[in-house]
Amino acid sequence: MIVEETPAVEPRAELGRAALRTRSLVAGAILTLVFIAAALISFVYTPYDVTVLAIPNRLMPPSPAHWFGTDHFGRDILSMIMVGARTSIAVAFIAVGIGIGLGVPLGLTAAANRRSLLDEAIMRGNDLIFAFPALLIAILITAVFGPGAVNAIVAIGIFNIPVFARVTRGAALSLWTREFVLSARVAGKGRVRISLEHILPNLTNLLIVQGTIQFSLGILAEAALSYVGLGAQPPTPSWGRMLADAQTMIGLAPHMALIPGMAIVVMVLGLNLMGDGLRDVFDPRIRRSRS
Amino acid sequence: MSLLVVDNLALSIGDTPILRNVDVGVDEGEVLGLIGESGSGKTMTALSIMQLLPQAARATGSVRLGGNELMGLEEGRLCAIRGNDIGMVFQEPMTALNPVKTIGDQVAETVLVHAGASRREARDIARETLNRVGLPAAEFPLDRFPHELSGGQRQRVVVAMAIALRPRLLIADEPTTALDVTTQAQILELLRKLVDEDGVGLMLITHDLAVVAGIAHRIAIMRDGEVVETGDTTALFGTMHHPYTKALFAASAHVPHRHRRPAPGPGQTPVVAVEGVVREYPLPRRTPLAPRRSFRAVDGVSFVVHRGENVGLVGESGCGKSTLSRAILALDPMQAGSIVLDGEPLTGRGGASQAARRKMQVVFQDPYGSFNPRHKVERLVAEPFHLLAEPPAGAARRRQVEQALEDVGLRASDADKFIHEFSGGQRQRVAIARALIIRPALIILDEAVSALDVSIRAQILDLLADLSNRLHVSYLFIAHDLSVVRAITDRVLVMKAGRIVEEGTTEEVFKNPQHPYTRELIAAAPNLERAMAARQAEGRR
Amino acid sequence: MVNFLIGRLASLLVSLIAASVVIFVVIEVIPGDPASYMLGLNAQPDTVAALREQLGLDAPALQRYFAWIGGLVQGQFGISYTYRVPVAELISDRLWISLPLAVYALVLSTLIAFPVGIWAAARRNSPADITVMGATQLGIAVPNFWFAMLLVLAFSITLRWFSAGGFPGWQAGLFEGVKALTLPAIALALPQASILARVMRSSLLETLGEDYIRTARAKGLSRRQTLWRHAVRNALIPVLTIIGLQFSFLLAGAIIIENVFFLPGLGRLVFQGITQRDLIVVKSVVMLLVFAVIMVTFIVDIAYAIADPRLRRQR
Repeated sequence: MIVEETPAVEPRAELGRAALRTRSLVAGAILTLVFIAAALISFVYTPYDVTVLAIPNRLMPPSPAHWFGTDHFGRDILSMIMVGARTSIAVAFIAVGIGIGLGVPLGLTAAANRRSLLDEAIMRGNDLIFAFPALLIAILITAVFGPGAVNAIVAIGIFNIPVFARVTRGAALSLWTREFVLSARVAGKGRVRISLEHILPNLTNLLIVQGTIQFSLGILAEAALSYVGLGAQPPTPSWGRMLADAQTMIGLAPHMALIPGMAIVVMVLGLNLMGDGLRDVFDPRIRRSRS
Repeated sequence: MSLLVVDNLALSIGDTPILRNVDVGVDEGEVLGLIGESGSGKTMTALSIMQLLPQAARATGSVRLGGNELMGLEEGRLCAIRGNDIGMVFQEPMTALNPVKTIGDQVAETVLVHAGASRREARDIARETLNRVGLPAAEFPLDRFPHELSGGQRQRVVVAMAIALRPRLLIADEPTTALDVTTQAQILELLRKLVDEDGVGLMLITHDLAVVAGIAHRIAIMRDGEVVETGDTTALFGTMHHPYTKALFAASAHVPHRHRRPAPGPGQTPVVAVEGVVREYPLPRRTPLAPRRSFRAVDGVSFVVHRGENVGLVGESGCGKSTLSRAILALDPMQAGSIVLDGEPLTGRGGASQAARRKMQVVFQDPYGSFNPRHKVERLVAEPFHLLAEPPAGAARRRQVEQALEDVGLRASDADKFIHEFSGGQRQRVAIARALIIRPALIILDEAVSALDVSIRAQILDLLADLSNRLHVSYLFIAHDLSVVRAITDRVLVMKAGRIVEEGTTEEVFKNPQHPYTRELIAAAPNLERAMAARQAEGRR
Repeated sequence: MVNFLIGRLASLLVSLIAASVVIFVVIEVIPGDPASYMLGLNAQPDTVAALREQLGLDAPALQRYFAWIGGLVQGQFGISYTYRVPVAELISDRLWISLPLAVYALVLSTLIAFPVGIWAAARRNSPADITVMGATQLGIAVPNFWFAMLLVLAFSITLRWFSAGGFPGWQAGLFEGVKALTLPAIALALPQASILARVMRSSLLETLGEDYIRTARAKGLSRRQTLWRHAVRNALIPVLTIIGLQFSFLLAGAIIIENVFFLPGLGRLVFQGITQRDLIVVKSVVMLLVFAVIMVTFIVDIAYAIADPRLRRQR
């Protein structure tokens, strides 16, 4: 096989320009940033105070005074969405952090010690967690240890660990056979050093993409847990619980059910678009086939 | 009348022009060799003839097969022509076959799609065709799957699929590049036989002048999307007109200049002494209780490389040469034997002391995979400093890196670039700089020029010879391409099935091969001079 | 092939045993004393002691574990503390709702996803393809319980075609039963179908880029013939694994959906068990669900080996 004389990988500046050209990335980033901004702003300002009940104003449809209407306790739904965004983002984000923090080292270790007992143990551990339906683990943990945001984080985080471990191990294994890693071994470097200097930096693109995917799954998982009452507890607002509250009144006040659901959809959509866009930007082959 | 006439073919993909004014032709019973380096447009020409171009491609000009215009023909008629009147053989036999269908089904499919034959008739034709290409029924029943065949055997199946309906034109795009030398000779022989027996016109596309010299009646040379010269093979090699043709020919036959080496003095520590090395791989068990079998990739190999000499290690794929080189580089453990590098022994367990590792470095085959894409060249070239007791730092380190880059023909300022900013040949130069920087006693070059274009290859071989002369470093040159080994080594070892079957000075082994395998290898290797001499003899008759 | 089967079977058993250990530890060991956990904070000490004796909790953990496993193998799942009936009875009643629901949802999602995925891949980058990609992006982002609420709003409350929940029982007739499961199955199927369609599309696109597709075209096969005879068949193989993985998500989703539609299935059972602290029920149902996932993975592995001849013989 004769390789062509032209280089195959594009330089950094090209990457930046390509990023801006990728529509899904831009759209996704904008959507995601809107919610993050809303969550941050909610710390200093919300249109109405969500801790104050205003029964006389209950179940009002969207109006200039209340852009998204009010719920069954008279609380402004827009404010609830903003504060609820805090919960969703925090839970999903920290859960991804747990997944990366524990999963990536496990995956790197497994790949660096391929076919050893350690590798087998890590793989079996992964398979074991995967044998349990994700939400079931979360429900079990939050039920046994008590509901609440912290336990939700732990529960969702536990499922992220084998995902990142498996993804890291797979990518790292193929990198270990690459010739630049062989050269590093010939230069006398040990497994840990190679994992940190050569393998990990070449995994960052993959981890970023997977991270956005797990983030979006975390949002959905947190919503499901809150919906069944196992997530963040009152008075902390959360999108999932808003939907649970809305369910009984869905005939009377459909906006109560529509708005939080759409918030979830738009946030998850934004993250997924961002993830897709990042994947396209990072993989030069896809870019070239588009042009 | 010409079978195939391509007239003024031009092709562009999107805004990029790919082909310009391409004029080629093939007659019945004739072999046309289409030569070019990578990027010359030869594959695109073939795909244009087949009208199998990618979506964004725009082609103009004329492609006539037996007088009928193919350009602009509607897809249904083209499907009827492909496989029936024109057959095509591609480069990569390992991926050219559908892995989940049997070889019988895949060859029969050609027949079923065109001739409206019954299942039984199609299978009969498939059987007969597979016999013709050298895959007899006894060992290769129709229900074999592709993964059960070797590369050469798969390529024969691909040829069978292409010729099942006895097309008038056969296009073969680098059909033997991915194959071993001996297998290559067999496939070329098969193609020649088909041309003789069926009178089919063959367009053989390759980058290797030697391959084409032996088999082609006429040659067309392509460069940058244009045909620069065409003509009868013998005439062309006798009198080359276009400067590119001359350059290509010179590069193919290039032999770098090397100094005469003084014979090694007695008692001098050899650069590397390999003694009885055995390397085994465990194989999966057939049943859970069966004893574990293993495969011996290296079976008791011993040799020595003396100071000041370059040694070549030659063999086909699967002979164990890469496994041996990995054992010497202390990347894998040995099951038996010993390796001593300039006096420093290896542990044998896949590890080596810093002292031992300092004595050797490596240059690999793939110029793209050899480097971490995220590091700058300075960091890449300086990586072996890790092995020194007192690695240089700061300005001293930078100076040494710059010196190494200049030694290999690059510029000092290249140290600040990223590796993707360089071409394939330049990357190999960086790899050589990295290998040289701590002045090891031995550099192992594992197929280091195999992936390069012929003209670039000649330059790199020159560089290697020059460095060897100046810096007194020894090479262990591993290759499957005999001509390359001949050009640059003093002694050569021939390896087969894990053993060294012949050993001697390079000239001796090439002129007077003793072992039957060596003879087979040398006879099979396409040799430009030999082919030329044969043609000239033929021409004079 | 035999080697492969034995290997997979061994793997299956190991997974089952490991999973059972984990379930046992999490449910009986971690909360401390299962009896006082089940009875709550205000329980009298002698009630707790009586329960401990009844459940045999004074025996060492290892012995209790083996007793439990022994019982499972014989089909004895214990007696539910809340309902006072054998858990096996509870399970078998509810299995006949959860299993059809899962199958219904799986069939729906496959029937939608495959044609859509193939259609999109065959028309890559066309407006049709982009629409499909957009629709599936939306489908993945929709929480299935919210979609369920919207379905109820549209089809039960507004159009009155379906009831808003509950299950009439199979005695009421096959049609009635399936009708009651339809909205839940659609709610479950939507995100699955979206994921599956994308996977089908990308698997097919990857297959279409393989060399043997080019070979097929060079033999004279038309685009359509190549697509169906070579590409789709090969692209289905990795999609099989995904379907197997999806089964686990399907089960998890079913737990929530059964609560939305008040379906008396296994999901609701485990939920009620958790809220009522009936550890015996929870242990058994969780074990059953995990068993189902592991079995499905095993079956998918076997199917994979049957479909791809390269895996059949260990060389």
